[in-house]
Parts: sequence; structure tokens; C-alpha cells
Amino acid sequence: MSRFTKEMESRAHQILALYPERRSATIPLCHLAQEQNGYLTEESMIQIAELVGTTPAEVLGAASFYDMLHTEPVGKYVVGVCTNIACLLQGGEELLSHAEEKLGIPTGATTDDGMFTLEDMECIAHCDHAPALQVNYRFFGPLTNDSFDTLVDDLSAGKLESEVPPHGTLSRVQRKHPIAVPLEEIVRHRRDSDAKEGERLAAKAAAESKEGSN
Amino acid sequence: MTDSEKTLKLTVNGKEVESAPGEMLIAAAEKAGVLIPRFCYHPRLEPVGVCRMCLVEVKGPRGFTLQPACYISVADGMEVLTDSDKAKKAQDGVLEFLLANHPLDCPVCDKGGECPLQDQTLTFGPGESRFIEEKRHFEKPIAISKLVYLDRERCIQCDRCTRFAADIAGEALIDFEGRGGSLHITTFPDKPFASYFSGNTAQICPVGALTTTPYRFKARPWDLEQVESTCVSCAVGCQMVVQSSENEIVRYLGIDSEAVNQSWLCDKGRFGFESVSSAERIASPYLNGASGVVETGWSQALDAIAKTLKSAEADSVAVIGGSHMANEDVYTWVKFAKGIIGTDSVDAQLDDGLDPKVVALSDRATIQEATQAKLLILLTGDLREELPILFLRIRSAAKKMGLKILEISQSESSLTGDAAVSLRYFPGHAEDLVDGVLGAEIDPGLYSGDLQAARALVSSVDPGSVVVVGGRENLAGSSLDPERAIAKLLDTLAGAKFLSGLRRGNVNGAIDLGMVPGFVPGRVRLESASDSLKARWKSLPSKAGRNSKEILEAALRGEIKVLFLLGADLVSDFGDSALAERALSKIPMVVGIDTLTNRTTQYCSVVLPATAFAERHGSTTNIEGRVSILGKKLVGFALSRPEWMIAVELAAYMGEDLGFEHLQDIWEEIQEVSPLHRGLSISVLGAPSAKEGIVVPLSASKVQITSRRVLDPIATPGITSVGVSGPPSSSAALPGEADMVFTGEAYSPARSKLLDLLADKDGANPGPEADNFALVVSKRLYDHGVEVLSAKHLSELVSPSKGRVSPRSWEQIGLNGSGLTRLQGNGASIELELIQDPSLLDGVVKVEFDGALGEVSKLFGVESSTNRVKMEKV
Ligand code: SF4
Ligand code: SF4
Ligand code: FES
Ligand code: FES
Repeated sequence: MSRFTKEMESRAHQILALYPERRSATIPLCHLAQEQNGYLTEESMIQIAELVGTTPAEVLGAASFYDMLHTEPVGKYVVGVCTNIACLLQGGEELLSHAEEKLGIPTGATTDDGMFTLEDMECIAHCDHAPALQVNYRFFGPLTNDSFDTLVDDLSAGKLESEVPPHGTLSRVQRKHPIAVPLEEIVRHRRDSDAKEGERLAAKAAAESKEGSN
Repeated sequence: MTDSEKTLKLTVNGKEVESAPGEMLIAAAEKAGVLIPRFCYHPRLEPVGVCRMCLVEVKGPRGFTLQPACYISVADGMEVLTDSDKAKKAQDGVLEFLLANHPLDCPVCDKGGECPLQDQTLTFGPGESRFIEEKRHFEKPIAISKLVYLDRERCIQCDRCTRFAADIAGEALIDFEGRGGSLHITTFPDKPFASYFSGNTAQICPVGALTTTPYRFKARPWDLEQVESTCVSCAVGCQMVVQSSENEIVRYLGIDSEAVNQSWLCDKGRFGFESVSSAERIASPYLNGASGVVETGWSQALDAIAKTLKSAEADSVAVIGGSHMANEDVYTWVKFAKGIIGTDSVDAQLDDGLDPKVVALSDRATIQEATQAKLLILLTGDLREELPILFLRIRSAAKKMGLKILEISQSESSLTGDAAVSLRYFPGHAEDLVDGVLGAEIDPGLYSGDLQAARALVSSVDPGSVVVVGGRENLAGSSLDPERAIAKLLDTLAGAKFLSGLRRGNVNGAIDLGMVPGFVPGRVRLESASDSLKARWKSLPSKAGRNSKEILEAALRGEIKVLFLLGADLVSDFGDSALAERALSKIPMVVGIDTLTNRTTQYCSVVLPATAFAERHGSTTNIEGRVSILGKKLVGFALSRPEWMIAVELAAYMGEDLGFEHLQDIWEEIQEVSPLHRGLSISVLGAPSAKEGIVVPLSASKVQITSRRVLDPIATPGITSVGVSGPPSSSAALPGEADMVFTGEAYSPARSKLLDLLADKDGANPGPEADNFALVVSKRLYDHGVEVLSAKHLSELVSPSKGRVSPRSWEQIGLNGSGLTRLQGNGASIELELIQDPSLLDGVVKVEFDGALGEVSKLFGVESSTNRVKMEKV
């Protein structure tokens, strides 16, 4: 099942409706496809191209640029160990080697049971918890070899299901209504806030000149 | 650029340079003779500034800084240094960086010897590499289509091929995959680079990353010989160079002709050269009699024909074909047939075009005028399939210049998406829909689309700024309906111009030179032949002749005794192939003059070998009426002869003298007898500055021929290897060559309303019927024509014909899942795969013509103006 399901397709159309240019929905739709299949299947890229009016090659081209979009199958959990400077100093590299041993795969590979994919990451902005890692973009850290093992075991045992959704799901909270703000409203809002800002500046200038004359 | 447009002054390396606002620095500098190295920059593509090869120093508020010259436009007072130490260091550094991962397999690379990377490394590069690390590796060339190979190791990521595919061709079938060090060009899995324009990417790739299959390992560029010529695979007339090695054509390259192809070629044109060296070439004259095929000499063959001709009534002699011949051949054959034999039954069209009166007697537009029109009305087949480069020109005018298009057709085309309004009509009702657009009532069952919008569109523009592209969308329908529709548009919209949508090589030139019934050379009607013509011709036909359909019908009645086929494969290309076969077998003498054997050859009693493209000099005429040169690069194959020579000798065997010894004699006579061509002397036509060709008629009393245009911009100007191999240097004008002004003669065709010249509307032409589907037979670029089939690599691209019906009709036939359907019409039945096409009206079936396969043509008869088929699920 690689093309969008009925439900996903209707979400896809909601996403498309948000953009004045259909093409701009490419990346959000790629995430949607990943949410359904865990990664971007060929069929889903073809369907996205149909939906946004480009070609499959262009969808592949865009998707392959980004690390968060996978065009090859990945595990249910994508584990990204940070090896950037703060984590490196706190043993990030060692943690990565340990992870390779624990999972029995080299960096970049996926376990045979399809549960884990291991990646090394640049800074994930969790430096204050170095050495840090992320599982499907949920942060964990600081980690030791032992706490890493526990994390993996818990994930395998399904104990963290509520915290970490399967790879591809960015958020389990769904927007109920699409934000469809009419352009006129945006323009009106902008005009109002510009006017307010103008008033503020004028008042400020007046106050300053008063001060100066005093 | 005229001087008045040059409003800016900047200094480049201390020298003052004039430029116009909006011009890119790299182009302004080049015009002033300063070459800035480049890879990604291409004058026909949008700038991207990705390769950084063109870094130069530009003075700004913080002093001189490095900036890409292809990505900044000129400004008044700009100060630029292109050869400072800093600029040189930058160029040196960029080259070292590009070469870091370059495999340097020049000795086995097709590009070696004409490679901008080699050339610029030599001129601007570091000389030595410091890179000792392992380079990145990819599987060596992978076929991304049947015509193009990709070597990812050689790619320097200049983005030219991808910009071409996405922006110019509008089919982004290739794109970059990955990022940084792993960036590479890719196609999508199982979706090859199957574009009609793919060959262009290999031509503009600045390295040997993209190469074309037919040219791979064929030659080294420094061994190539070349000549400039005009493509005649279709009637756009793209300018190109023919390159050969050891008397064999190895490739064609597009020339940057501003007026016509703007450097692009379609793949059919580019790769069609393989048919010249096809094994099907006819080597010597032969007779095909009761005792089988007997090879013979020219004299015996011509003697036999001349004897028969002398005893035949003028009326019983006919000529079909000639649309692929050079103008000089056409004129000679017209003079031979009409002036000596005295028959007017001469037709270059195979009932697949339009009434020549529409084409010859309307005011004609150029491609440039069509792209700059206020409104372009399309009433023709899918231009991407029929006149590919015209499609590119119109598409880019719509995308970039906002050209407004009104499409009136029977099914969706490649330009439907770019049309402001697109209307569908039920087959046979083009005229009714045009009436509707012009304000009349129309039966709503006969069309679909927004008629109100179309009316508003037409009335919003000055009729004089409208251009109508008119052609033949449906081979199965009568041609009268589109002819009348086009005539109505041109008659009603005063001042509107016509651009011919007739697609066969030189068919427009053949019409101009009278190779159609009812005309003599110069778009002049037979009855108005001039005195100068009468002075040169022995006689004129006493009555108007037949067109090709009428010739075949007359043959069935036994009225045709001798038929000349000039490169006309009637059995494959004539819509009603059954009629063609029956008629051919009734004619006592069929003379086939052709380059290749084909399905019609077996019906010929005498077969004469003609020289092929690039084996002869001459000129050709495109859809605009643009006369341009055909170059000769090869020695003619075996005993073949140019067609004009065959006519001259045949006349001599009959004891007549056509008066031509050289090609030049013919052109001089054309100029004398054809008001259309008057003033267009050989010296004008052959002038180096007239390389783009010259549009006839020369109605203005003075026509200025602009300087020779920039040739292929792949070439890196100023670098020597280019002079040896690639197309000629790409400076704007060749030094020392002044603009040329010559005087033509005022010419305008005398005519009343076009519509008055056409037959009356067909009487009973029903609309949709319950179980009777109206048949639309359309043309494809890669059809089963002998031209495609005899070119090895093109022949692999031909796919089985498909049929299309609307989703409602699909259901009505009871199809689900498989579309296999039996179609019955004209007493025959064939099976076809159908697909759904929501753009079609209900009750219409559109089928792609399949030429030599001869299946589709069984379905319709040319006698019927409303071809209907019954369909049932298989
Ligand atoms: S394949 Fe050629 S044209 Fe395409 S990006 Fe690479 S170097 Fe440029
Ligand atoms: S568009 Fe026509 S003239 Fe141009 S390259 Fe193609 S076949 Fe030749
Ligand atoms: S360096 Fe590891 S999270 Fe910032
Ligand atoms: S960046 Fe200017 S030519 Fe490539």
C-alpha cells in the first residue's frame, strides 16, 4: 500500500489547499507519505508529482536533498546519534560505536527485523543534554551505554509507543481546520499593524522632540 | 541591438562598454570582446549562477568584490575587472574544484577535443592538480533513454540539462538527486528521459556527461567536416550543421537561429540522419516487370519512361509527392509536368494537408509574429507531434511573454495547458465552432469549453494582431471543414495572418512553387500565369488538374496511365491505404523516384534512385515561407541523382529541353517567373549574412538582412578547438561583415475572400450518434513512416498506436480494466488498446496513425467526410 489511502488523500488535499502554488506542497506531502509508509515509496513520489503538478524526478530531486526524507526503506525507529562538537566532547562518537554494536549494524543501515535505522547527526540542538540522540526526532540525553541499551530495549518492547510514534509521523496532533486566511484579511491586518506602527513612531518622535525642546 | 537601445555605459578592464538595461554582465562583456569563462551560463536558459566559473571583480560600496558575471545585470557606471589577479585566482580555484572529482577520461570521452572543460582548463586553469585523494565513483555511463547516455562522474553539475528539460521542453524527466558531494543527475526509476527534445541536453552539456547513442565513439571532433543546412524532417526548417566523417553523417547540431529554432532541434530531426546511410537505400535504377526485378542503367530506364510518356495523353499523367524535395527539384518537376507534359494533376500533399488556396493566398505570418501576436488561434494538430520546435517556440512565448492562445481542436494537445481558452468540437464541426466563436449560435452538443470566454478573447484584441496556425488535425475527416474554419477566421478578422501548420519537409515550398493542382510557381493561380512564365514555359495545362485523392480515384476508373511518385510512400502515408493499393495496381506505369525502398516500391514498374539529404545542394522553404539553404556534405549514394537532374534528362529523352544545366540556372529562372521570389537572387540567398534564410514574399521594398546570428552557444567563443570542431564561432556578427540591404519587389497575392474560393459546406454531417463513434486519426512524431523506421535508433522509439475515448464512452462500450477494443469501420475491423481521455467529447474515438503498419488506415475511407466506427469490447 504505497499510494495514499483514502483518508491520507483527503489530508493531502487539505495540505494542497494551504498553498497558492500547488508545487509548494511538495515537502509537506512527502512528510505525509512518510507518515503512511515510513519512507517515500516510488509510488507515493509519483502520486505527489501528480498532486502538485511536477514530475516524479523533481519530487525525488527535492526529497533526496533533505535528511528527514528517506527514499529507501528505514526502520520503525530512526536513531540519530549526534556527533557534533558538544556531544563529541561528551562521548558522542563512543556512543555511536556502542550503538553500532548494540544494534549489530553499521551507521546508515537498518536492522534485519526492520525496527531500527542508525544514523549519525550534526547538532540536534540538545547540546545541554550531551551526548544526545533522537529517535524519530524525539530527543533523548544525556545517554550512557547502559541507558542507551535500556532505551533500545524499551523501544523494542513497545514501552515508548506513546512517546515515540513510528518513523514518519511528525506530530500526532492534527489540525482540525485548514488555516485558510483570505488574502484580503492578511492585507487588512498588515495595513492595520503598519498604521499602528506608524502611530507609535510618530508618537515617539513627538515625545523626543518635546524632550529635546525642554 | 540597435544603438538607441544601448543606454548604459560600464567599464570592463578599463575599457568603456555600452549595454542595455537587463543585460547580463557576461553577455555585455562578450559583445565588447571580453570573454569571461563560463559553464552554467547559456544565453537561451535562465541564469542560475551555480558553477562560479564566471567570477569577476565588480566595484561596489565596499570596493571590488567577486561576483558571478552571468548572474548580475549591468548597471550604469559599473566597473568590472575580469583579468585581475583576484579574478584569475578565483577562476583557477573553481577549475581546480571542478576537476577534483572529474575522472579525466578525455582520451575515451566523446567530448574530448570540443570540451569547454578542457578548453577552459587550458586557458584559465591551474595547470597542475594538487588533488591526490580518491575521486567519487559512479557506474560508468548509464542509458537514461534509448538516445542518451549519462556518465555521472563527468558531470560538473552545471544545471544546463535540467533547466532545459524543465523550462524549455517542459518535461522535468531528469533532475539532481542528493546534495553536496553526492549530487548527481538522475531519472526517476522506470521513467526514462523519453523526451522529444532529449538530444539538446547532450548538445549543451559542457562536458561529456551526456552523450547521444548514435554518435558514441563514432568520430573525434577534429576529424569532422561540417556544412550548414536546414532540417527537412518537418516543415519548421530548423537551422543546423551536418557533420560527417569519412563520407558518413555522424551527427547534426542545432544552430542558434533567432528567427527559427533558437539553437534547439527535436530528436526526430537530430537523429534522422541514420536513414541516409540506411540499408534500404536504392542503389541503381531498376525495372519491376513480369520477369521480376531487373537492374538497369539510367539510359534504359529513362528511355522506357519517355516512350510511354510520349504516347500518353497529358491528362492521363499525374505526379504525387515531392514535399521532401528541394525547391529547385520542385520547380523543375513542376515545369516538366505542367510546362512540357501539360498535366496539372500534380500534388505534393497526400490528402493529409489543406487546400493549397488557403495556404498560398492568405497573408502569412512568421514564427516570430506568431509568438508576438496579441492572440494566437490554433486550429491544427498537436504541434509537439507535428512541428516540434514550433511547439517549443509557442510554449515559451506563452510561459515567458504571456502569449494568449485560443485553441480550437478535437482533442487536447501539448499546448492546451498554456491556452487561455481551449475549445473542443465534434469531428466535422470546426466551422460551426468558429462561427460560434465569431458570435453565431451553436448547438451545445457539438462542442465543449468556455465559448463566452473565447468570444471575449477574440473581441478584446485588434483583429489585425491575430495569427492563426492552421493545419490538419484529423486525417480521417474531410479537409474541407478545417479549411472553411480557417478561411472564416482569416476573412472575418481583418488583417489576421496565417501560419501554416503543414508539416511535411518542404510542402510549403512545394505549394509556393506550384506543385499543387491549380497553381503555377509563385502562389499564382493557373489561370493568372504571368507573361514572363509563359515566355519561359513551352505550354501550360489546358485545364485544372486533380489532387492526389482524385488522381487515385481516376486511376481506379483506368484514367491514369503514368504516375510519378516523388518520394511518396502512398501505401504507408496515404490515409486510405486500401484505395491507394487498388489504384496503384490499376496504373500501367508507376515511376517511383525515391531514396529508400518502402511499401509502395513493389507497385512501381520503374524505380529510380534519388540522392538523399546532405548529398546535394539546394534550398528549402519552411512554414513561414522562409527559404534557406540545404548543404551538401556527402557524395551521392551509388548511382543516385538529384531529382531535378532526373527531370531534365527525362525531358531530354523526350526531345525537350528544360533549359537547366546547373542548380543556379533553376534559381535564376524561379526568380524570373515567380513574383513571390523576385529579388531573391542566388547571391542574396547565399550571402553569409542570410544564413537564417529569407522569408518570401519580399513585400517590403527594402528588406534588411541582419548580420549572422549567434551560432551554437555551446561553443566557448574565442577558444581555438571550437573553430575546428563545434559549430562556427558564436560572436554576434562575423567581423567585417556588414548588414546587407537589398531591394525586393512589392508583391501581394490578388484574392477576394478565401471562403469564396472553397467548396460549399458538406451537407449532412451528423453530430454524436448512439453507437457510431466519430473517428479522429492524429499524427505522431515517431510514426511508422519510412523516415523513422529506416533510422536505426529512432525506429526503436515507435510504439503501438493507442486509441482514446472519453470516460463516459469508455463505460458505454463496457470497458473496465483492460481497454482492448474491436473497432469496425469502412468494412474493416481492427483491435486496439483504448485509454480514457477526459478531454474528448463523448462519441469520439481518437486513434494515432500507424503509417506502414497500415492497420488504422483500414478504418477510414477518404471518400467519406464523416468517418464513423463501431466499437466493442474484446
Ligand atoms: S550532465 Fe552535463 S549539462 Fe547536466 S548538469 Fe551535468 S555537466 Fe551540466
Ligand atoms: S522541429 Fe522539424 S525542422 Fe526542427 S529539428 Fe525537428 S524535424 Fe527538424
Ligand atoms: S552538539 Fe549534539 S546536540 Fe548540539
Ligand atoms: S556561475 Fe556564471 S557561468 Fe556558472
